[in-house]
Amino acid sequence: MAEIVLESLGKIYPDGTRAVGDVNLTIEDGEFLVLVGPSGCGKSTVLRMVAGLEEVSEGTIHIGDVLVNDVPPKDRDIAMVFQNYALYPHMSVFDNMAFGLRLRKMDKEEIRRRVEEAAAVLEITDFLGRKPKALSGGQRQRVAMGRAIVREPKAFLMDEPLSNLDAKLRVQMRTELGRLHGRLKTTTVYVTHDQVEAMTLGHRVAVLKAVTAKRPDNLQQVAPPSELFYNPANLFVAGFIGSPAMNMVTGHLEGTGGEVFAVFGPHRLRVDAKALQRHPGLEKFMGRDLVIGIRPGDFEDHRIAGEEPERTMEVKVDVTEVLGSETFVHYMVPVAPVVTPEIEELLADTGSDPATLGDETKFSSRVSSDVAIPAGGTARLVVETAKFHFFDPETGQRIGYRPGAFSAA
Amino acid sequence: MAEPPVLPDKAPEPRRRLLSAGARGSLLSILRMAAALAVPIIGFLLLWLTFNFLRDSDANRLLVAVVAIVVGVGGIWLLYWGMDLLVSTVLPARIRESVRPAVFVGPALVILAVYLIYPAINTTILAFKDAKGENWASQGGLGNFIDIFTNSETLVAIRNSLLWVVIVPAASVIIGLAFATLTDKLGRRTESTAKSMIFLPMAISLVGASIVWGFVYSFRSAGFGEQIGLLNGIWTGMGNKPVAWLLQEPWNNLYLMVILIWLQTGFAMVILSAAIKSVPEDLLEAARIDGASEWKVFTRVVLPSIASTVVVVVTTITIVVWKVFDIVFVMTGGRFNTSVVAQRMVKEFFTFRNDGVGAALAVILFIAVIPMMVVNVRKFRQQEETR
Repeated sequence: MAEIVLESLGKIYPDGTRAVGDVNLTIEDGEFLVLVGPSGCGKSTVLRMVAGLEEVSEGTIHIGDVLVNDVPPKDRDIAMVFQNYALYPHMSVFDNMAFGLRLRKMDKEEIRRRVEEAAAVLEITDFLGRKPKALSGGQRQRVAMGRAIVREPKAFLMDEPLSNLDAKLRVQMRTELGRLHGRLKTTTVYVTHDQVEAMTLGHRVAVLKAVTAKRPDNLQQVAPPSELFYNPANLFVAGFIGSPAMNMVTGHLEGTGGEVFAVFGPHRLRVDAKALQRHPGLEKFMGRDLVIGIRPGDFEDHRIAGEEPERTMEVKVDVTEVLGSETFVHYMVPVAPVVTPEIEELLADTGSDPATLGDETKFSSRVSSDVAIPAGGTARLVVETAKFHFFDPETGQRIGYRPGAFSAA
Repeated sequence: MAEPPVLPDKAPEPRRRLLSAGARGSLLSILRMAAALAVPIIGFLLLWLTFNFLRDSDANRLLVAVVAIVVGVGGIWLLYWGMDLLVSTVLPARIRESVRPAVFVGPALVILAVYLIYPAINTTILAFKDAKGENWASQGGLGNFIDIFTNSETLVAIRNSLLWVVIVPAASVIIGLAFATLTDKLGRRTESTAKSMIFLPMAISLVGASIVWGFVYSFRSAGFGEQIGLLNGIWTGMGNKPVAWLLQEPWNNLYLMVILIWLQTGFAMVILSAAIKSVPEDLLEAARIDGASEWKVFTRVVLPSIASTVVVVVTTITIVVWKVFDIVFVMTGGRFNTSVVAQRMVKEFFTFRNDGVGAALAVILFIAVIPMMVVNVRKFRQQEETR
């Protein structure tokens, strides 16, 4: 077991394209850290550099106290679980798990003990004599895990290990993986594009974004799951974490008689003092354009929340989706969509005009199913304005963001 | 298989209805039967006449070739089509579908029997007869075999063939595997250049290669002109006296084998290279992370993954080696104790006119190749299954 320290880590491919830039990350001893981000964000490349499968172009990697930049993978004492398991097809399950130990010339009895112990934990004892071909996807996944466990390495590296499983099995294995880590307490770096996996498994989650010419660094925010949700550093993290995604709209703040109102389109909502406290420095943005972020879960129908005229949006409902206990309400707000720095860059690449995005912003709200909201009709939704998020439209950063400063309410 | 029997059952029904309406239906079926019989007969006659005509004509060769291709291809098509029609109309519905495959496979089977099985049987019989193939050989027919295993010259040929069979496939596969592994680490462009250079000798015939290597081994006694041989050029350049390489027993056998190794390495490399590339990259990465050195990755992961391909390559080359004749024939003619079984066989047949011993050698060759064929086909099937 060991700490893994990445300092100013960067990867530039021989053809000059940059995949990773300026990643600074300390994975503590015994921590379960998840690297999450959309495809192409460099998360796998970071993991592969830690494994030693990709050369490090910039910066340093320490595992334990050892600088491993130029240490070949076989000498790094780490174990990796691959997306498609990478089991040796010509070896039995037992031999697959014992392979690494045999290469280390370990005593035969010790190998047998370790493999059987790991097999018992993973409930694959009955398959030890089988070849990988004769196993189901879930069983192969367990063998791949077993191969990593028996090594008792300094760290586990996992590259989307659950993404080849069907949905039900994935949920089951996710729980088991969490339990397994609780038992072994081995430092783990886990790569996924699935935010649910990231939020449920990670002690801390590192959100990565693809590098661009303007912003050659991937790392957006590293924080425990709930902080990512309640205290996002910027528009990217706010939009990536949470499902359905956070509603974002351009608006401004008005102050009248000690009260602050958020105005966007035809809507004017009184902002709760808590939201103001969470955004120090917000007063500088008074009257100026800013991006207002509202989670879909922070709405409720007026019949349930009670009449709160100053915090109510009256909207024309496009579509409703009833999911049993809750209902998703989709509607449009007549304000041009927020152009985030990423979207701006994307538009510049394709040579399109921001005006082509239209002049309406899609909103979705999650409300209780206890009251019926007909599609096409009008809904009056009360907004929990204490949970508002405000972002600087120029930089995409959250106004007054401080790491670690959050409360769930 | 479930569908075809249904169709013939349904077809007669409307015909019966037509019959009740008039005699037109039965006339039609008679006509169809006649056509079914006529088409293959016409097709066959057409082919036969064209063959005779072309054989005896003095026309322009090119014209003959074109006519032969057109009539040949068209005639074969007509023949197959006609036979199929015959099956569909003349035969009763019950046996129709069991006969149909035979119609299509039949001609190939006949040709196989005439040109392969019959000669094989005939050769086997010849092997137990005397030099002229008239009477049974001495020792109750086993005389030829006894001769072969007692005559020192044929024994040398067998010894040499066994040496060839051990050394050439092994060397070709090991060198080919080394090339395949090493080129795999190169960039795409350099890899394909390097591989095509190694593969190039495959395009040269055995005789051509022998002539090329004849120059490599070329020797002139001191005082009979300058050494034009590559090997002697280097050898004398280092201050040594020229050597008649092909007279150096027993090493001259090895020098001849080098030629076939040179030719077969490219084949081994191409097949093995494809196999190596099909080993998933993350398997190698997993092994590296598990603690394997590059050598261990190769021996413990790559090699087991391509084992069946290695077997196929070894057996394929072994079969080629058993049959090798040209190299020895061109380079030494079998002198200086370099003869091999296939070359000796040709010599028995055509130089000594001893059909019995020649056929016996052919039978020995055949028996030697059979196990290779069996392994080869079996492994090939395995490979296909796992693909």
